[in-house]
Amino acid sequence: MIQAGVIGVGQTKYDAKRRDVSMAGLVREAIDNAMLAANLEWDAIDAVILGKAPDMFEGVIMPELYLADAIGAVGKPVLRVHTAGSVGGSTAVIAASHVCSGQFKTVLTVTFEKQSESNATWALSPRYPYSPHINAGAGGYFAPFIREYIRRYEAPEHIGWKVAAKDRQNALKNPLAHLHIPGIDEKMVSDTPMLWEPLRYLESCPSSDGACAMVITAQDQVGSRNVAWIKGMAVRSEGTLSAGRDEVNPQAGIDCAKDIYNQAGIQNPFNEIDCAEIYVPFSWYEPMWLENLGFCDLGEGWKLTDKDATSIDGELPFNMSGGVLSSNPIGASGMIRFGEAALQVMGLAEDHQVEDAKVAMGHAYGGAAQFFAMWIVSSSLD
Amino acid sequence: MSAEDTPKDYSESPINLEYFYTAGSATTRFLNQVKEGNIVGQGCPKCKAVYVPPRGSCPRCGVATDIEVPLTDKGCIESFTVVHIPIPGNPIVPPYVCAMIRLDGANISFLHLIQDVDIENIRIGMRIQAVWKPKEEWTHSLENIKWFAPIDEPDVDVATLRFQES
Ligand SMILES: [Zn+2]
Repeated sequence: MIQAGVIGVGQTKYDAKRRDVSMAGLVREAIDNAMLAANLEWDAIDAVILGKAPDMFEGVIMPELYLADAIGAVGKPVLRVHTAGSVGGSTAVIAASHVCSGQFKTVLTVTFEKQSESNATWALSPRYPYSPHINAGAGGYFAPFIREYIRRYEAPEHIGWKVAAKDRQNALKNPLAHLHIPGIDEKMVSDTPMLWEPLRYLESCPSSDGACAMVITAQDQVGSRNVAWIKGMAVRSEGTLSAGRDEVNPQAGIDCAKDIYNQAGIQNPFNEIDCAEIYVPFSWYEPMWLENLGFCDLGEGWKLTDKDATSIDGELPFNMSGGVLSSNPIGASGMIRFGEAALQVMGLAEDHQVEDAKVAMGHAYGGAAQFFAMWIVSSSLD
Repeated sequence: MSAEDTPKDYSESPINLEYFYTAGSATTRFLNQVKEGNIVGQGCPKCKAVYVPPRGSCPRCGVATDIEVPLTDKGCIESFTVVHIPIPGNPIVPPYVCAMIRLDGANISFLHLIQDVDIENIRIGMRIQAVWKPKEEWTHSLENIKWFAPIDEPDVDVATLRFQES
């Protein structure tokens, strides 16, 4: 298999309403930043791989067609990826797989969401006769799983506040983050209104506009560029309505993580991974994913969070950029995780850089927690 | 500069989408029973898992769920949340309880409302039963059930609900 690496990551400024740009302008902003970082001419791009969450989020169906000019895809192969909230991660994996397979030398991949142009909760809540139309939003769907996690492992309620405060403190070090909340701390989180018990307002992700792009290329095209080598990548999914499914600790997440650790030769992920950008849209998903991804035993995730293991100067920093809790352009949110992991091992994460980060993990999940995408990137090829 | 003079860089144009839902054979069988006030799950001929609402196949085995399994309208709360956030256009007034309902004999849960109880008394494992709309309002919809309400039976240990192939 051909070795592939990320040579350019480009992001937009994330915000509630990017009314200064159209959808095309938004994706182009990320792409221009990625192309500039990669120091490449357009001729070098062989194909464009685009991902976003459901089209109904903006009400523009198959936007990859209308965006062909903006994404530089005219006359080039285009592929659209769609795996709900995990799509940013899946799109990165699909893009890289087209390089690893030898199909293309260099691909541009881009993901976006312009949530301000529609209403995601409405788009997610069509009326079906086999289900009552409760329409409680994404938090209403995930909160019962979180309650079951808390019950199963007797986790104290401040864990959620702690994650929410920690990720927003990290966001203050990232100028692109949507939420910058000066003085954010656990108390401020715990004082905000309850939305979906046990989730409070500041324990939930915002709704953002934004895009993220990456240039991924084959080893023989890298030249002298700074590169994040892709050491392992995988996607997994499981049946949402499958009997025996454990929504608190999905098998697809366990299997996907094992796969990338094997590819990357990682035996002990907690010791061997320097930092991780993990998809945490609701505070409690940090301890839940710590366990699901094999960083610790079941029931131990909240204890790692409690002893600051995941803080930016902890043993295993999580979401140095501020994470999904600070910026959530849904379709791009997964790719931001993958791109931020790459920036860490390239040493380009500026104020939220983890010192000496050599191996980093990017993670995304989506839908009813049934889609997973992950990768491991490294500063060195061996 | 007055508000009228401010150049407008966007406009809101709500769209209304109407669609027909084609149920397919499995869901049609289920909804025809729901219209009569019956809940009939569907079983997998291979692993024997019982699905309600049935969607036509077992995701574990990839085979059609062609065994009809009549169920009662009793079960337990697998987990739940109390929704406090008002969602625009939602007629249900917060706070309300949205729960994963596990009917007796079923191997998956579905979301429905819990009412007729003080919110602070609701717990995981609590026994519940469907509260139906008046018969003349029944249609091909799980909304024939208004909500679920607690019944006076001992709680269930939800750890025992996990499906295991026998
Ligand atoms: Zn089966």
